[in-house]
Amino acid sequence: MSYANPPHPTSPRSRPVGPRRAYRDTSSSVVGGVASGLAAHLAVPVLWVRVFFVATALLQGFGLMVYAGLWVFLPAGQGFDVSSPGLESATRTGKRPGRRSRLRDAGPAIALGALLFGVVLGFEGIFGQGALFWPVVLGVAGVALLWRQADEAQRERWIDSSGRIDPFRAVFGNGGWAAYARIAAGLGLIVTALIVFAVVAGQVTFALPVLVAGLLGLAGLAIVVGPWVMRLVDDLGAERAERVRTQERADMAAHLHDSVLQTLALIQKNSHDSTMVARLARSQERDLRQWLFEADTTDAATLAGALKEMAADLETDHDVVVDVVTVGDCPLTEELRPVVHAAREAVVNVAKHAGTRRADVFAEISDAAVDVFVRDRGSGFDVDAVAADRQGVRNSIVDRMARHGGRADVRSAPDEGTEVRLHMPRTAAPDEENR
Amino acid sequence: MSQPSPNGAVRVVLVDDHAMFRAGVRAELAAAGAGVVEVVGEAADADAAIKVVADLQPQVVLLDVHLPGGGGVEVMRRQPSSDTLYLALSVSDAAEDVIGTIRGGARGYVTKTITGPELVDAITRVAGGDAVFSPRLAGFVLDAFAGSIDVAAVDEDLDRLTEREREVMRLIARGYAYKEVAKELFISVKTVETHMSSVLRKLQLSSRHELTKWASDRRLL
Repeated sequence: MSYANPPHPTSPRSRPVGPRRAYRDTSSSVVGGVASGLAAHLAVPVLWVRVFFVATALLQGFGLMVYAGLWVFLPAGQGFDVSSPGLESATRTGKRPGRRSRLRDAGPAIALGALLFGVVLGFEGIFGQGALFWPVVLGVAGVALLWRQADEAQRERWIDSSGRIDPFRAVFGNGGWAAYARIAAGLGLIVTALIVFAVVAGQVTFALPVLVAGLLGLAGLAIVVGPWVMRLVDDLGAERAERVRTQERADMAAHLHDSVLQTLALIQKNSHDSTMVARLARSQERDLRQWLFEADTTDAATLAGALKEMAADLETDHDVVVDVVTVGDCPLTEELRPVVHAAREAVVNVAKHAGTRRADVFAEISDAAVDVFVRDRGSGFDVDAVAADRQGVRNSIVDRMARHGGRADVRSAPDEGTEVRLHMPRTAAPDEENR
Repeated sequence: MSQPSPNGAVRVVLVDDHAMFRAGVRAELAAAGAGVVEVVGEAADADAAIKVVADLQPQVVLLDVHLPGGGGVEVMRRQPSSDTLYLALSVSDAAEDVIGTIRGGARGYVTKTITGPELVDAITRVAGGDAVFSPRLAGFVLDAFAGSIDVAAVDEDLDRLTEREREVMRLIARGYAYKEVAKELFISVKTVETHMSSVLRKLQLSSRHELTKWASDRRLL
């Protein structure tokens, strides 16, 4: 099927403008999310990237080095992924499922363990049991564990809404045995590395160990402090953006609060008029739902947006509930405008003639064509028996679609409701689509 | 094991963190579903829900998606295997929530604007082993399988829908009832329901590991 939609301009995941940067994808991480982030950046399957890392890891650990380096230097991508406020708030208060480690599954853990074991064996095979090997391995493992924890704590600091930075939390994040274990194990490994190093190398000569220890210390400091400084610079910019966003959100919340209160006041005043109450409640519900749960706004620039806007208009003007379901989306070009008009006409017909208060609109937008279905469960009518002078359906729907190269079908039977089917092939040139 | 109550009504546990909403649903179910549906328990967060479900063994749990303690998905995840079925009842109709909850094991997803009689119908349908798909849910499913919605977990193993299943989902998305779908496609209602459950299964299984577990649970292996 031709469903592989290119990322269209309204994609909620689109990043703000600026140079394209690579991020670590912390939402689907096996270790640090480097491979998945890189795969997204390079637009290649994540499996290839993982295979690349594993394969190059065999070249004397080159892949591991690259992975570690990228882990240290790439910023985490999920920091400010903006979702809609309702979802973000529910996530912050722990009402939605959180990030789950994929290492719960034994598979990746076993693979990583095997890889590590292989690297150790390979190293020993090539260099023999060198004196410096084990201290270095222990030291690196210790630093890696500490870094992993720092990573976690940093991520949690961003999720934390209280704003203050507690020094304890800056190190331990939200705590938990995993955080403590990581820190203890990391420190333990580093200390062990130093002890082993002292025991093994201490007896040989004095100058060399001191030199190596000093270099190790410097390297460790550079690894820990360098990226931290880099990130601080990054975070400052991000923090500023977040502050602006928070203010914006507060304004919006205040605005919505007002609108909800206003509507409730209106409802109280009109409590005897059930139609009015239902209409008010429905329009307010749509407003809130839109704002809370739909990241993409219903702008009329896309077909789905235009259909939703059409539905919202008609709900306000006529006493009818319109449920719009769309699959896929595309920009609203001139060729597609008749579809929206015809769909509008069909919904108006439901409101006026069908004797029901409910219409379902389903739009399926694929690369080849746009199909829109408007269905109601109202009284229905006999299509063939419609008088020739009644122009509504024939003119506004069937002929309009035919004039613009599409097709419209009206299926109806008394007491079974009506369905209007609109079909419009898409011929727009690809470059125009991506404008 | 979950049993219907002595008078034959479906035993339901209500999980929602808003007491007012629980009271409202309880009243509505008592009015619209007297003798058909019986609310036997309530819970306000994930931990309480797990305990109540384990104690009462209801047939159906009406589960809010946004719930203190990790959300509705957490309740389903921590539930030891039992016959209890879950119907998600949420104010959110964000695609991530809907798909995530279905993937977490819910047999259906309805929004809180649903009317009393419709809710009773949905509960009995879920209790009978069917899946409840609203037009919107069907739309999300089509979108998810078409790749327009980014399903967060690994989806390399996600099966594609067959042409027939896609056909059924389209009709549901267009607002057809099950029996109208059956009539339109010249198949039986039972077949429609079979298609729905296989769509559900395809959504819930994201890895071969889970598939194996699913099959062995049903003694297919």
